[in-house]
Amino acid sequence: MIRRAVRYLDTRTGTTPIVRKTLRYLFPDHWSFLLGEIALYAFIVLVATGIYLTFFFVDSTREVVYHGPYVPLQGQHMSEAYRSVLNISMTVRAGLLIRQTHHWAANVFIAAIILHLFRVFFTGAYRKPRGLIYVIGVTMLMLTLLEAYLGYSLVDDLLSGMGLVIGYSVGLSIPFVGANVMSWLFHGPFPGQSTLWPRMYIAHVLIFPVLIGTLLTVHVLLVAMRHHTQFRQTATETERTVRGVPAYPGQAPRSIGLMFATAGVLFLLGGLVQINPIWLWGPFHTYVSTNGAQPDWYLGWLIGALRLVPSFDLVIGKYTLVPNPFWGGVAFPLVVFGFLYLWPAIERKITGDTAFHNLVERPRDNPLRTALGIGIVTWVLLVFIAGSSDRVYVWLNVSYTSQIDIYRVLVFVIPLLAAAIAHRVCEELVAGEKVERDERAAEAEARLART
Amino acid sequence: MRKYLTAAIVLLLGRGHARRTPRVLPTAPPNPGAEAAAVALLFLAALLGVGFIVVYAVSSLPDQTQLLGAALGLSLLSIAGALIIVGKKLVVTEELVEPYPPDEHPGEQELVVELVEESGERITRRRLFKLGVGAAGGTLGLAALTPALSFGPLFQTKYFRGTPWRKGRRLVDEGSRPYRASDIEENDFYTAFPEGSTLQSREDLGAPIVLVRLPKSRLRLPPELAGYAADGIVAYSKICTHAGCAISMYRAPLFQPDEPRPALVCPCHYSTFDPADGGSVLFGPAGRRLPMLPLAIDAKGYLRAKGTFDDQVGPTWWGTHIWRPTP
Repeated sequence: MIRRAVRYLDTRTGTTPIVRKTLRYLFPDHWSFLLGEIALYAFIVLVATGIYLTFFFVDSTREVVYHGPYVPLQGQHMSEAYRSVLNISMTVRAGLLIRQTHHWAANVFIAAIILHLFRVFFTGAYRKPRGLIYVIGVTMLMLTLLEAYLGYSLVDDLLSGMGLVIGYSVGLSIPFVGANVMSWLFHGPFPGQSTLWPRMYIAHVLIFPVLIGTLLTVHVLLVAMRHHTQFRQTATETERTVRGVPAYPGQAPRSIGLMFATAGVLFLLGGLVQINPIWLWGPFHTYVSTNGAQPDWYLGWLIGALRLVPSFDLVIGKYTLVPNPFWGGVAFPLVVFGFLYLWPAIERKITGDTAFHNLVERPRDNPLRTALGIGIVTWVLLVFIAGSSDRVYVWLNVSYTSQIDIYRVLVFVIPLLAAAIAHRVCEELVAGEKVERDERAAEAEARLART
Repeated sequence: MRKYLTAAIVLLLGRGHARRTPRVLPTAPPNPGAEAAAVALLFLAALLGVGFIVVYAVSSLPDQTQLLGAALGLSLLSIAGALIIVGKKLVVTEELVEPYPPDEHPGEQELVVELVEESGERITRRRLFKLGVGAAGGTLGLAALTPALSFGPLFQTKYFRGTPWRKGRRLVDEGSRPYRASDIEENDFYTAFPEGSTLQSREDLGAPIVLVRLPKSRLRLPPELAGYAADGIVAYSKICTHAGCAISMYRAPLFQPDEPRPALVCPCHYSTFDPADGGSVLFGPAGRRLPMLPLAIDAKGYLRAKGTFDDQVGPTWWGTHIWRPTP
């Protein structure tokens, strides 16, 4: 049976040598190497649930009146898009499960990518010969954030509309061309024309998924071509040999098991843990907004930045060079992503290390990189936390304005402090290891002397 | 002894298909416990799969979403469990070592370079040829992108400064009823649209305004906005000048500990505006004040616009201060 299947394939495709090599491909084993896999499997769940949702979603902002089963919204004017998502949530059987799983999968997808990025960054896995893999990865993260934002916006409930107008304003704030580009993209000023929704829809369900899927394939193929990095396991291990479990039969059940586990957890979340109950927010109108609105967590750093910037537009004569949202909405993410893109080259410049590396470092082995990474992460995290000051005000009744005033200072001080601490911790850890090593050596010598 | 037995069995069983190569995988004994667990989990997954179908089919079930999610999620997790048992206990886990692929292939690189260089040897006017390729590719690329200009207008400033407000327009509420000055009470907050606007045109950023009434003694309008208030009632664009959200909070009469006086607030980034002095920014990121709409009260007591806004409505862009708003 198996022999016949193998022969069938080989005689028609001639790929058996490749198949055999693939089956014996070695996976170095470490839990942190699974983070990227989780992202991949969340992406599969996203595509599967997304395809299902396209059968029921209507990409139209045509004004309709709701007559569905959800009583509080009956008789309300809303867009056809919002009504179709209400129907997915209320009348399409299993629709709510699929929609919530899709939303959860998006959140987990981005979280997994970011944790994967941390692993790659703090171990120096992006170094030669894997620079291209890293650049593709960072690009995917950026595309994923945009893709998730598009999906969030398509629903056309109140929160999604508020998010969309903020995005529009951020686009508008780009110096010299912002208004022109946004008027072009939205087909006129906000809220745009009826062409906008089909445009966002095709971007969300075709253009971005195909881009992400293609980059993902290249990313994984390049990892396979170069083989995975590994941690040093013995003192004598060199950069030249990879040690690991072969794809088949050792790794395959584990990996596919992880895929099923990821999908299982996502469907459990989708069924049991409510996410974005869009019927509560009601339809979006430009003249309506709600207090206490928070975006999905992966955009929290941007809303925090938008809120932290003090009141000023950069105006020269009558020409507005930089409207305010530019700093938080464009400049801030540009700095973060610019750092991610440029860091490998900067590191090469600083250290002069242009060698090939298959062994990854522990964070402590490279205090400069670790300190810098911790500084940037702390910076983004603080801005993120600042974005939740309104929640803190509601919970603890701490003045919102004083919180923001404090954060405006803290976001510059704490990251430096965190970086300094991280640097020190790395050095101490390495020093501690040296002491242990020396002690062991001394003991061994003493033993040797005794015998 | 055991080795001999295994060898004998292998020989006996292997008689039919003569094995040419030695074993690929090392041998290991069976693990009946793990096997039973994996099989049990697989059947549990099947059972839960059936459960999903049943729950889907029975329309009258309460909490259907939760049951569907639980059935599907647990079914998938059971399969995951079975696979992980297979991976950890039932298949051979070898740790192998092999060399990493070579860092680079200098010989091959050289061959490719030579191939490309030699392939172009018959072309004598290289620069001209490259220019031709560049010109053809560049213009065709541009031509392919040109139709994307149909997306929308690239430069139409009237889009950004147009408003439906003009002299004499009455202010109406969401139900299209005209506001009388007497409807507007202190410490309350009203949304208004121009009379005659449709549901569609109310979505334009220039349409919605907020109305509040302040004690006349507290008004501190700058000279250029003198006469914009009517009997203590002031009207501002409802769209925040920062990121375009609707101003939907009015902190009045007080909001401790943050504000000592009435303030209009946008909930997106908490830009806070002072309705008493022409909408100046009290706090938050907004870079400019709220555009103000001049009001009048007609003989019957209805609120009417005395013109359009004094400043451009909506989030700031590069031309905000160049053009005045036009009706």
